[in-house]
Amino acid sequence: MQPEVLSITINGKPLSVPAGTSVAAAMLMAGEPCRHSVTGEPRAPLCGMGICMECRVTVNGLPHQRSCQLLCASGMEVVTE
Amino acid sequence: MSAHFDIFVAGAGPGGIAAAVTAAESGKRVCLLDANPTPGGQIWRGLRLETARNYPHGAEFAAWQSRLAASSVEILPNTQVVDQAAPNRLRVELESGSETQTTDIEFNRLILATGARERFLPFPGWTLPGVMGAGGAQALVKSGLDPRGKRVVLAGTGPLLLAVAASFARAGAKIEGIFEQAPLSRLASFALRTMLTHPGKFTEGARYRLKTLSAAYRCNSWVKRAEGRGRVESVTVTIAGKERTIPCDWLACAWHLVPNLDLPRLIGCKIDSGYVAVDALQQSSIPNVFCIGELTGIGGLEKALIEGQIAGHAAANREAEARALAPHRRSQQNFAQQLDQTFALRPELRTLPTGQTIVCRCEDVRHSALAACTSWRQAKLHTRCGMGPCQGRICGPAAEFLYNWQSADSRPPIFPARVSTLAASADEASAGQITQCPTASR
Ligand SMILES: Cc1cc2nc3c(=O)[nH]c(=O)nc-3n(C[C@H](O)[C@H](O)[C@H](O)COP(=O)(O)OP(=O)(O)OC[C@H]3O[C@@H](n4cnc5c(N)ncnc54)[C@H](O)[C@@H]3O)c2cc1C
Ligand code: FES
Repeated sequence: MQPEVLSITINGKPLSVPAGTSVAAAMLMAGEPCRHSVTGEPRAPLCGMGICMECRVTVNGLPHQRSCQLLCASGMEVVTE
Repeated sequence: MSAHFDIFVAGAGPGGIAAAVTAAESGKRVCLLDANPTPGGQIWRGLRLETARNYPHGAEFAAWQSRLAASSVEILPNTQVVDQAAPNRLRVELESGSETQTTDIEFNRLILATGARERFLPFPGWTLPGVMGAGGAQALVKSGLDPRGKRVVLAGTGPLLLAVAASFARAGAKIEGIFEQAPLSRLASFALRTMLTHPGKFTEGARYRLKTLSAAYRCNSWVKRAEGRGRVESVTVTIAGKERTIPCDWLACAWHLVPNLDLPRLIGCKIDSGYVAVDALQQSSIPNVFCIGELTGIGGLEKALIEGQIAGHAAANREAEARALAPHRRSQQNFAQQLDQTFALRPELRTLPTGQTIVCRCEDVRHSALAACTSWRQAKLHTRCGMGPCQGRICGPAAEFLYNWQSADSRPPIFPARVSTLAASADEASAGQITQCPTASR
């Protein structure tokens, strides 16, 4: 059985992912950083389990969402912070 | 809103599940809480009863999960302990959708089973996208990250390195090398002792190595730096004194585990050599507060299960049943000690960061700034190290290793608390209601 496929956008670009994919996994697959650090370095998921806060993104306008703890949903708009 | 239980278990990993089930089967009213949506903790993360048997450790999961389902344990998922409101009362935050609710839970006895997390060590380039914790990378793959065709380097120390390499290989990644910092002599004697005393664990390790035979496994070797523009593109490792640069897409690092001591520290439990000190019944220095699993020594699944059962019996006043399990406990504790000795971090790793290397990733505090400080407290005041959103969970254990600092005591709230919870705590503090709680010095 093929898994259901969802469409989201990451920094405006469309991406299709299987249902059950976390937003952090989608960001890594899209090759986009999640956030920029206080000195402007690009950052991406580190701990994968909600501890490091490096995977924070803006989701549907809501800032500082831990993308490793969030599943992709159809139509979701994800933006690098 | 508040609720009262005979026994309150914080953390629903294998240790917490075993404790809660054991106590409830003795007729106690038990609450089992976890920040995650489903019980299972680290090792059973994401397993489901129907399919568990196809995965490593799935059989144990199925057995305990079935007992849990048949028991009277009341499970509180998506809930974090954030503060201690009184000696026998903890403040918890329940998340449902975008709503967060704050509740106090009262209990006669408390069992802490908050487990462990990965340790991270700073080296040049460790902040580049694509550098991840080994367990973190594994969790990301479980949540949909596609590793097929990716070139992955694994570096660090401990049994997790091989376990994660095997799961990556199985999922279709190309393993470019596994680099273990421990010396061959220690690994060899560890392997031999494990084969004799814990054959099951030995077989598990051997199976992981068989799955990764096409990749080099080197001991006495560690990562020196990661490089790339905008993301990791290559890793330089030192192998028995010689440097080698390996192109890669991801670098997965494992520096063994550190116990999640926030809650035991908040309650005031005595910590000895990095772990909670407990007696033969798993009771901590605070009466009626029991600590189990990774909190008392990094030892893995079997240790958590045995200690959970001991604490469950003891908290339910079944001391004889608890003491009967002592020989199993001793064997698991010995294994935990062997792990610590075998995979102890070598001093050379302290020399990895250059002055420019970031140690605190939340506030971008560099090694040069921290090396000039004399304590964690001073570093916090002068550099904001550990003051960012991770609250020192990543840089704390790193600073402990690099600078020999003791981590500061936990201060409530334990993260991530909402503003409304903070307000509730502040109100009570000003009303003098939490003055008599036995928390560590604040
Ligand atoms: C990333 C990772 C991968 C691992 N992989 C393996 C493996 O492959 N094989 C192996 O033998 N061991 C593995 N381990 C070791 C693992 O710690 C043990 O095997 C076992 O899971 C320990 O059980 P535990 O009950 O002590 O703690 P855990 O399983 O860690 O469970 C602790 C639970 O407490 C919860 N918790 C913590 N703090 C709070 C709080 N304040 N409020 C609410 N809930 C809280 C956590 O959400 C977690 O569910 C791994 C550990 C990590 C960190
Ligand atoms: S990757 Fe660490 S919090 Fe999400």
